Amino acid sequence: MSTAMENDLVLKLAKVSKSFGPVRALRAVDFELRKGEIHAIAGENGAGKSTLMKIIDGIVRPDSGQIFFQGELVEITSPAMAQRLGIGLVHQEIALCPDVSVAENIFMGNTSVSKTVFMDYKAIEARAKVALSALCNVSPTMLVRDLSISQQQLIEIAKALTLDCRVLILDEPTAALTEKEALILFGIMRKLADQGISIIYISHRMAEIFDNCDRVTVFRDGQYVMTRDITDITPSDVVAAMVGRVIENLYPDKQADHERSDEVILAVRDLTEASRFRNVTFELKRGEILGLAGLIGAGRSEIAKGICRLEGQVSGEVLLYGKPLRLRHYRDSIDHGIVYLSEDRKGDGIFLDMPIAANISALAVEQVATRLGIVDDARELEQARRLGHSLNLRYDDIRQPASSLSGGNQQKVAIAKMLSVRPKVILLDEPTRGVDVGAKAEIHRILRALSRDGVGILVISSELPELIGVCDRVLVVREGEITGEVAGDRMTEENIMYLASIEPARAGAA
Amino acid sequence: METQTQEAGMSEAQRPRPTGVAGVLRQMLGAREVGLIAIILILFIVMSFASPYFLTWVNMRAMTMAFAVEGIVVVGMTILLISGGIDLSVGSVTALAMVIAGLLFLAGVDPWTASAIAILACVAIGAIMGFFVTQIGLHHFIVSLAVMVIARGICLLGTGGRPLGLFTLPPEFKFIGQGSIGVIPLVIIIFVVVVIAFDFMLRRTTMFRKVFYTGSNEKAAAYSGIRTKKVVFLTTTLCSGLCGVAGIIYMARFGSAQPTFGLGMELNVIAAAVIGGASLSGGVGTIFGAILGTILLSVVSSSLALLDVSVYWQDIIRGSILLTAVTIDHFINKRRKQRV
Repeated sequence: MSTAMENDLVLKLAKVSKSFGPVRALRAVDFELRKGEIHAIAGENGAGKSTLMKIIDGIVRPDSGQIFFQGELVEITSPAMAQRLGIGLVHQEIALCPDVSVAENIFMGNTSVSKTVFMDYKAIEARAKVALSALCNVSPTMLVRDLSISQQQLIEIAKALTLDCRVLILDEPTAALTEKEALILFGIMRKLADQGISIIYISHRMAEIFDNCDRVTVFRDGQYVMTRDITDITPSDVVAAMVGRVIENLYPDKQADHERSDEVILAVRDLTEASRFRNVTFELKRGEILGLAGLIGAGRSEIAKGICRLEGQVSGEVLLYGKPLRLRHYRDSIDHGIVYLSEDRKGDGIFLDMPIAANISALAVEQVATRLGIVDDARELEQARRLGHSLNLRYDDIRQPASSLSGGNQQKVAIAKMLSVRPKVILLDEPTRGVDVGAKAEIHRILRALSRDGVGILVISSELPELIGVCDRVLVVREGEITGEVAGDRMTEENIMYLASIEPARAGAA
Repeated sequence: METQTQEAGMSEAQRPRPTGVAGVLRQMLGAREVGLIAIILILFIVMSFASPYFLTWVNMRAMTMAFAVEGIVVVGMTILLISGGIDLSVGSVTALAMVIAGLLFLAGVDPWTASAIAILACVAIGAIMGFFVTQIGLHHFIVSLAVMVIARGICLLGTGGRPLGLFTLPPEFKFIGQGSIGVIPLVIIIFVVVVIAFDFMLRRTTMFRKVFYTGSNEKAAAYSGIRTKKVVFLTTTLCSGLCGVAGIIYMARFGSAQPTFGLGMELNVIAAAVIGGASLSGGVGTIFGAILGTILLSVVSSSLALLDVSVYWQDIIRGSILLTAVTIDHFINKRRKQRV
């Protein structure tokens, strides 16, 4: 960790403000970044983190305030200028061209490789290979479309690394990475920091911040709250600063002993889909929240989608309250009360430009319509308000488009949509991804309440603390097969990771 | 960005209700429709001073007749656009309906049966396009471009490129296109009925709600248990079917079948829908808005003709109106997003 000297500062923001219309995204915010440090930025969604990063990268111009880069007052007017200064930003969203090679993507914004007007493919491939070698085993000549999401994320990072940065901003880079890839990334971050490069690291995951960063700055509601050395603070302090109150219990109570039931809501037997998962067998009992853990690509989402026939040619049995179901299409599954919440909320969970109320009734518009198939506005609005109220959904007007809501509230709309059909079983895929701490705790409480009401809950999550905090029992999937089950005291990160990454035979021997 | 967090339900009651006629109208129709109506009214007022012929019964009737039949195609196109599709073949398919019905009539089939067969043929063409789009997975644009050319080819092949004179059409058939009930031409009555019926269905029925879901986010719709392929197949078929209906009305009106009819119609129809608020990326649009777009384009054309402006100018002006409308739209959307 570097010493706190004024001339050690690479970047300094003083009293920076920015408004979008009536919304004040940043209010006189200060921020200091030292040379060679990994500096975490924490804050709920809407706290102003993204706006601040966009200002540093020149995408957004501040209304007032000053920016000093290596001691000099600068005005960063465009991302190209930020790049010239040596500021690189890796966005949370992947923005690559799928139909060109990895090497071309890496050098997309950096044409200085070739001195002529022609592309020097040999040179960019060679340099891409160097940049990639530290990160992952991907050939520079591969097409981006053939890569997995986590590999694409690594390409984005490689792209920033080739730009000889002084400051590297990483916006939730691990959201799409496997544990192993994340560890590699953290190693690289430390190496870069040792070379004197400053890294701004944005993440919702406290464990990552505390394991890898030197300092943390917290924002709340567009205002600067504090900056601390990581050694002087605890994760719960950070969370408390983020939400402005002490969250005593991040996770709701678990199932109590007297709530334990032998009644099986959902039974899955020998569910198989040729290449993606095999012989998946498990039971979901009344009152429990069942977790599905595994590495990215292990087949967790595929299993959930297979159960409700959203995707794939599936064989095997699905029984609801002991009765075998004949499902051909996801519609049949919905009609039987088995619903799926997608992991990609913006992509396939929400109709952004449609009213909140219409979003909530999407699963079964017929429910709010007359027998002749005419939608009853009053009933639709009433249903939306009722479900919205039960989930503590915050909105201005229920007829406004869903795009007007924050990430956490959009996720509540997606959950309300599922609740509208009074489901018997809910399969949730990454239910709190990209959702801030407050909303996260609320969603967890909602899941527990539903479970108490007798709804079967299956949760898929890549965040092990979440699974351990929320679930009563966790099944672990590895390469399309269930390799084990943990519950009670055995439900630890180590045990789950072990089952998720080690061959089943050896896991059994352990 | 996070919205202003307010307690659920409370803020709605506090929100001031719109007052005055304009406010109530806007609440009922939406800002775009009110804007379009205002522009059309202004044009009316200006033109009634600029040309003594503009506000005459004859001119009004001619103008309305001109957009009424095309308006039926606009209805089909708007619904297809909302579902996320597009159809470039509307002009050719409209002509094909005329040609098929005309040829059958000349071959001795009675005109009603001939018309029914022609409309069914158009429905079949729509179904074929729907098949290529939903089952093979091709893009609407390409499929309908190919069908546009093929349908036109069939029209020319069937007629040898010459219009078919259908002088022996019985008067009760011609009545569809030429007759009036009282002072109101039947064409206009058909148009109004079609518009009101589809506008109501699109706004209120569950069937058409699924069209919005599908066009707004096809994957989210599929993940809500909506059979999106079926929806797109049906909207594609409906659009072609309505072209068939329009073709038959044109035939009854002209008393002939013209193989070259409807060249460039697709652009006019798409422009009208987009000016009326439909989005080319799907999920957004209203029938009423699209019809106002049609009326606006038609009033402009008619005004330019009355003012003796060259026909060649008309295309330039129509294109400019489209560009202006879409640009204004873009900025309104952008401002709305920023506020959020």
